[in-house]
Order: sequence, then C-alpha cells, then structure tokens
Amino acid sequence: MSDAPVLLEMRAITKEFPGVKALSDVNLVVRRGEIHAIAGENGAGKSTLMKVLSGVYPYGSYAGEIVYQGAESRFSDIRASEHAGIVIIHQELALVPGMSITENIFLGNEPRRAGAIDWKSANRQALELMARVGLREDPDTLIKDIGVGKQQLVEIAKAFAKDVKLLILDEPTAALNESDSQHLLDLLRGFKQRGITSIIISHKLNEIAEIADSITILRDGKTIETLDVKADGVDEDRIVRGMVGRELHSRFPDHTPTIGEVFFEVRDWTVRHPISADRMVAKGSSFTVRRGEIVGFAGLMGAGRTELAMSVFGRSYGVYQGGQIFKDGEEIVLKSVADAIKHGLAYVSEDRKSLGLNLLDDIKTSVVSAKLSKIADHGVVDPVREYRAAESYRKSLRVKAPTVDEGVTKLSGGNQQKVVLAKWMFTDPDLLILDEPTRGIDVGAKYEIYGIIQQLADQGKGVIVISSELPELIGLCDRIYTVFEGTITGNIERRDADPELLMKQMTSAKKAQIR
Amino acid sequence: MSRIKELQKSLFAGTTSNARQFGMIFTLVAIVLLFQILTDGLTLNSSNLISLVSQYSYILILAIGMLMVIVAGHIDLSVGSIAAFVGIVVARAMQDWSLPWPVAILFGLAVGAAIGAWQGFWVAYIGVPAFIVTLAGMMLFRGGNQYIGNADTIPVPEGFKVIGAGFLPEVGPNTGYNNLTLLLGLLVAVAIVVREWRVRRTRREMDAEVAPMWISVIRVAVPVAVILYAAFRFAGGRVGTSFPVSGIILGVLVVIYSFITRNTAGGRHIYAVGGNSRAAELSGVKLKRVNFLVMMNMSILAALAGMIFVARSAASGPQDGIGWELDAIAAVFIGGAAVSGGLGTISGSIVGGLVMAVLNNGLQLMGVGSDRVQIIKGLVLLLAVALDVYNKNRGRFSIIGSVTRPFRRDTPTGPAPSVEAGQEPAKTPVAG
Repeated sequence: MSDAPVLLEMRAITKEFPGVKALSDVNLVVRRGEIHAIAGENGAGKSTLMKVLSGVYPYGSYAGEIVYQGAESRFSDIRASEHAGIVIIHQELALVPGMSITENIFLGNEPRRAGAIDWKSANRQALELMARVGLREDPDTLIKDIGVGKQQLVEIAKAFAKDVKLLILDEPTAALNESDSQHLLDLLRGFKQRGITSIIISHKLNEIAEIADSITILRDGKTIETLDVKADGVDEDRIVRGMVGRELHSRFPDHTPTIGEVFFEVRDWTVRHPISADRMVAKGSSFTVRRGEIVGFAGLMGAGRTELAMSVFGRSYGVYQGGQIFKDGEEIVLKSVADAIKHGLAYVSEDRKSLGLNLLDDIKTSVVSAKLSKIADHGVVDPVREYRAAESYRKSLRVKAPTVDEGVTKLSGGNQQKVVLAKWMFTDPDLLILDEPTRGIDVGAKYEIYGIIQQLADQGKGVIVISSELPELIGLCDRIYTVFEGTITGNIERRDADPELLMKQMTSAKKAQIR
Repeated sequence: MSRIKELQKSLFAGTTSNARQFGMIFTLVAIVLLFQILTDGLTLNSSNLISLVSQYSYILILAIGMLMVIVAGHIDLSVGSIAAFVGIVVARAMQDWSLPWPVAILFGLAVGAAIGAWQGFWVAYIGVPAFIVTLAGMMLFRGGNQYIGNADTIPVPEGFKVIGAGFLPEVGPNTGYNNLTLLLGLLVAVAIVVREWRVRRTRREMDAEVAPMWISVIRVAVPVAVILYAAFRFAGGRVGTSFPVSGIILGVLVVIYSFITRNTAGGRHIYAVGGNSRAAELSGVKLKRVNFLVMMNMSILAALAGMIFVARSAASGPQDGIGWELDAIAAVFIGGAAVSGGLGTISGSIVGGLVMAVLNNGLQLMGVGSDRVQIIKGLVLLLAVALDVYNKNRGRFSIIGSVTRPFRRDTPTGPAPSVEAGQEPAKTPVAG
C-alpha cells in the first residue's frame, strides 16, 4: 500500500476549544484505495479530527492545512466537503425514520425534472445503489421498519449517491450484531477493490486489525504513530500499547471476593414487549444474587438483558406477565421505581445522558435526585446536607470537577458515570444493577469504575453488571449468566468462564427453559 | 476575570436565590427610569403605581402557575377561558343562590380545582399533549362562560370586590400615610435582612466562601431602599387607596411558590420531569402525579385570577380573560424559562411580567395607541428571547440564561468542552 499515491494529507492540525486543546499538531496521511483506521481512547481527538476534515469545524476555526487530491482544501461546511467527495457517516445515523429508503438516500440531493422530484428515476437509481451495498429491500420500505444493520447500509448508499471518493465511518459496527458487522466489513473490502478509500474509526480493535491497511493512533490530541498493518505485523496488543502508551498488564484491580448468602432471587420472570403483545422480552428467567457477589449478564445486543433488568426494577420496561422477586427470603412486589428504590434496588442505565442524568442539573442536584427524602425534612430540602452528601461522593469517587456546583454536561463521560453511580450509592441500595457501566469511557476511568464496583461488593451489596464486552465480564464478575432472546441460557462460574463458552451460550437456546 | 465581573459575581451570584437576575432586574429598572423621564414623573406617581399593581396582579398570578407548567415541559392555553368561566360561575352563584362572598371564593377555587383535575387527567394519565388538551379547554370553557352567563355580564356584590379593588385599610394615628402599607414595607425590609443573614450562615455551614460584609450590606441596602421608597409611594396615595389587596395576594403566592419550586422535593421533581422525564421516572419520580398536579395547580390559580379580575371590574362578562394566556406565557419566557422545559424561576417570570406591565403602562401614559403597544410588546418578547438564544450560542454571558439559574442550578453556557468532542455518543436507548 505504501506506494499508492496520497489521497489526503492533513498537516499539523491544531484545534482548540475554550480552555482545551483538542488536537495539537496532528498529521494524517491517507493513500488512495486503502482502508485507514484511526484508533485512540475516548477524548483522544478522533472525532474532532474527522469533524475538521468534513468541514463541521470550518476552515479558519483550526490551524494547519488539508491537502486533498493534491490541492489544499478549505471546506466551509459539510456541503463543501461532500461536494469534494468526502462523506462522513456518523454513529448516530442521520436518517428520517418515517421516510422510505429512496427518500432517505436522496434527501437533500433529489433528482429533479422540471423542478419536481423525478421519483421514477430516483427509485431506479436507489435500486442500483442498494445493489452496490448489498441491501435487498423494497426501496419504498420505511427506515423505521428495517434493522440497524440495514439502516447503516442505507447511509452508505446515500454516500454513494453523492459520488463518494473518501468514505469516513465513525464507529460503524458499534450498534451492529456479529453478522451485520461482518457484512459491513466485507462491503468495505469490496469498496477497496473498486478504488474507494475509507477511513474507519472503531473501538473494536480486532476488526481494525483484521480490515485496515494502515492505522493512525491518536493519544491526547496528538499523533502517536502510523502503522502499516502488514509490514509491521500489527495485532490488537500492539494497537493498545500505542493507544495507552504502555502495556496494559492488568485492566482490573486485584480483588478477593467475600461472598455470602443468596439474598436476592428472581423466579420465572416473564415480561412482554410494551407494544407488540405476542413478543416476550423475558421468558421464565430465574436468577439469584448473593451478598458481596458481582454477577454478570452476558448477551448480544437485543438479547433482552436491559429489558429484564428494567422490568425487575419497578416494572420500568414492558408489561409484567408473571414471576416473583424474593429479597432476604421474603417475596417483594415492586410495582414502581419508587417501590424498587424503597426495597434497596438501584439501576444505573446504559444510556447515562438520556436515562441517567438531567443534563440541566449540577453535580449536587444529580447526586441526591433519587432519594431526596434523605436530605429533606417534611419535603423541604436542606441545602447544607445536600452539599455535604454530594461533596463526600465527589471526594471519595474522585470526580474531576472543582465543586459540586459544576453542571454535569461539563464533565467527561467517565466523571458523568461516577456521578450516576454516586446518585445510586446515595440511595443506600442492597442490590445495584449496572447496565453497561463502562460504555463510552476511557481505559483509565474504567479501571476506577471497576474499583468502585468491587468496593460496593465488599460492603456486602450484590452487584449485577450487564455488559457487551466479554473480557470485562470475565475480568470483573464472580459468576456470569448468559441471556439469549429473553431467556437465561447459562450460569457460569468465574473459573469456567472463557469467551468461547460464553459466546456459545449467548447464541443458542440449548440450555433454555423455554415455556 | 475582570474586576467588575468579580464584583458582579459576588454581588449577584453564589448566594441563595437566583440573585443572578441582575440582567433582568437591570432591564426592569432601566425601563422604569426611562418611562419616568418620558412621562415627566407620572410612572412612579402613587396612583399610577397602585393601578399598575391592581391591573397586572392577576396576570402575574397566572405567570406563577404558567412557569411551573412550562418548567414541567407543558403549556396551558386555557387559563384565560378558565378564569372567565370561574368568574361567571362565581358571579352567578352569588346572584342566584346568594352565596356569601367568602364561601363563593372557596367555591370558585373548588371549581378551578375540578377543571384542573379534568385537564390534568388527560395530560398526565391519558398522555394527550397539554397543548391539545388546553386548546380544547380554551374553547370548552369560553363556551361554558357564555352558556352560563347567556353571553351577558353579571354584577358581583360589594363585599366580593375587596379581592380585586380593595386596599389596605386606614388604621392607627393619622400620619398622612397609610400606616398598614408602611408596616408592610417595613416587614419586607426586615425579611430581606434576615434572608441575607441566613444565606451567610448557610454558606458558612457549607464551608463555602462567604462574601465580605460590605457586599452583603450593598445587597441588603439597595433592595431595602427600593422597598421603603415604594412603601412610601403606595402609602402616600389618595386617601382610601393604598397597597392593593390583590397585590398582597400576589406577594404571598410568590413567596409560597418560590419556596415550593426552590426548596422542596416536590419542586425539584417538577424541574426533573421537565429536564429529562425518563431519567426522572427511573429515579423514582412519579411522573404522572407531577404532571397532574402541575396542570391542576395552574387551573386553581387561573380561577383565582379570574375572581380577582371580576372583583376589580365589578362584574363578570363574556370577554373576560381573552388573551391572558399569551400575556402569562410571554412573561414566563421573557423571564428566562426554556421552551423545552426544565429551566426557569418564579421570580424571573414575575420580573418578566413586570417588564411587560411597565412597558404597557408607560406607553399608555405616553398616549401611544393600543395598536402600537401590541407591536412593541411583540418585538420586545422576540428580541428578549432572541438575544438570549444568540448569547447562549456564542457562549457569552446570557441575561436570561443567568436568570434561569435557580438556587445553584447551573446551566451550561458555551460549547461543550472538547472532552465531549471525542466521546462516544449515546447508543440506542434500550437494547439488551
């Protein structure tokens, strides 16, 4: 690859936000026809770099220059970069759910005849584009009626409609299941054959190592190195070393669990989907948690782990069909979130921004928000007790913020997650359900979160961790349940847990108690 | 940070209350002074101040309820019609059943509560958007007013008029002033001093930096001077007039509702629901109950406003309350509430309402016709909010943004820090 002509060169790009240097002196060289991966921890500047390239941050708002197809480019906005054939596909897809595939492909770019949209030609072209990305659907199908994997393909087809020369994919496989991901990667290889250059940003290092021709690693807004995958024999460990600047010996703090009695038990839990009456999101699921135990829930995207957890947490998801919950040997009935909190349950949602926090709040207000009664007398909030409570969590969890009056939007993902954890620790729970507790936060913060989870367990609380990252579950949990299509398919002790076994249980209903 | 900014910060921020309302209060003072000059001193004239309060108190009462509705993420278009409906029902009840007026007031509030329960039911438990429910209510209760009153006016008895046209009575020695009004001013002044003292104590307990004494002195002296000046103005009017009873009702409601929204768990829940209803629900907030109570509360306040208006104009008619909802909503938004909910304060809305009231009153005193007054009010609303949006986008100090911070409820201004920039955006909300 290294002899192919250079398509894009970004030279000494520096981008500053008030108070922070997001990129400093970053260089990126992309050759024609290659798949170029950009790797780095969260906050390393990957997305910012791509926003500079695609004109989201217009020329003049950054220092340095972009040389594209041999000439310096000064993009004033996204339209300008798209005109030059650079198309970026963001992780959150920019599709209109209520419109058809054709309408979405040509949104803002509609083929016209005499001023009116030429639907006949649009549909014909849409079919051609869909064939190129391997999407077999009726072009009149609405976007909301197809899966995320296919939606991604529509996005790519949309890019082709704009005559793309350089395709940028930001975390394209993050929301996809295994087979959809594989399909997408195959597609990228196909594009390569046809001379289309791609830049891919991904956290899935195995995918990067598999598909990329070269990898540029960013750390703290600086270019660390560019690796030639074949020539340098790059593997995952090599990439990680570049990303964190050291070998990661241990990603988990040392911990010796002290496990007590079973204190929490769910029996035959059955819940149906809130809208479609014949779809069960949990089917006769039973599980137990012991004091001081960290229990993992493994499963693929859509397996029903979140739905199971939320339905247990005061029926906050789906429609309850049957099943019992026992705590300390007695049956408890949790009909609302308030009931669940009262009985010592806490649920940290996987999406902290839309489900975990009120982004208008400051740290202090967030921390106390799930149990105001603890700092209020007869419903009147005592600001002094509120402040002290929040301040003690800020210190003990080491939230990086000058004071607890700081707005939560100003915090990084890891620190926001600590605030959400503090909010639920403040309710004095006996059982914490943590849904993807380390999603979207960087390696250092993950280590700290693991430490907090272990401390909670050491205090005699039960902790359930739902995670899509198998290494995380294996490293952290004392026991792991596998979930497949709303059913618990396996109960694996730590000593037996290995990725292959888990994956097998996660993808088959073999051991399932289907009823 | 410049010296001036630091001073501004210590004078107006970092203490209890949303003292950051500097911008809005400054605007209000500027408008008052402007009209004082333009009208040759008519604006701060005793009788004008008195009529200003009695003329706008019912709109400001609506603004209190509307603030809570808007903070919770809803809107209420029906308040004018509800006010008119309750007004006519109460007037008719006193006329036909010769209900004593104090009982009639309670009856009116009960009718308001029943209407509020009706609207709250649709909004909270059925999930019909408040815009639609209250649009329907707007038509429904306007029609109800005309049905019950036969599209005619009904007079109200003398005793009832006190809540709309009454004043603090003359008692005690003849000082040339209304003694009770002076006493009221004194009480408010004392309350301001006590509050500042308590703020300092709370700050000390929180190990937070306590402002130097001279700052506290300024912070107390300026409002106290304004209050005492106003007290003398109100007390020195024509004999028989003084501070209006409706103004006292408004004042009491402001104090109560400010306390509820800022210091109680229930108040927190309203902000939580408006800021992120799903997160609030997953934190144990009873979403439906909060929405129900907020809508119901609005209708009760609308009933009260309607009765005050009827008392003031001595009769209830079919044209009462037309356009009130818009005045109340405008006051809330000028006062810094966010259209998307979750932000805003009672005191901000009151200041916003006063800006509109003074503007209206001043222009009328200058003899500007109601056509041009409307045009100017419309532009002021647009510009006030536009300036705020513009400043927020530019990450500068925002007048309204600064007002919208209740008790240390800091809102983000300016672009998100770059940590965000490289961060993974949230994924599909529910997927296991």
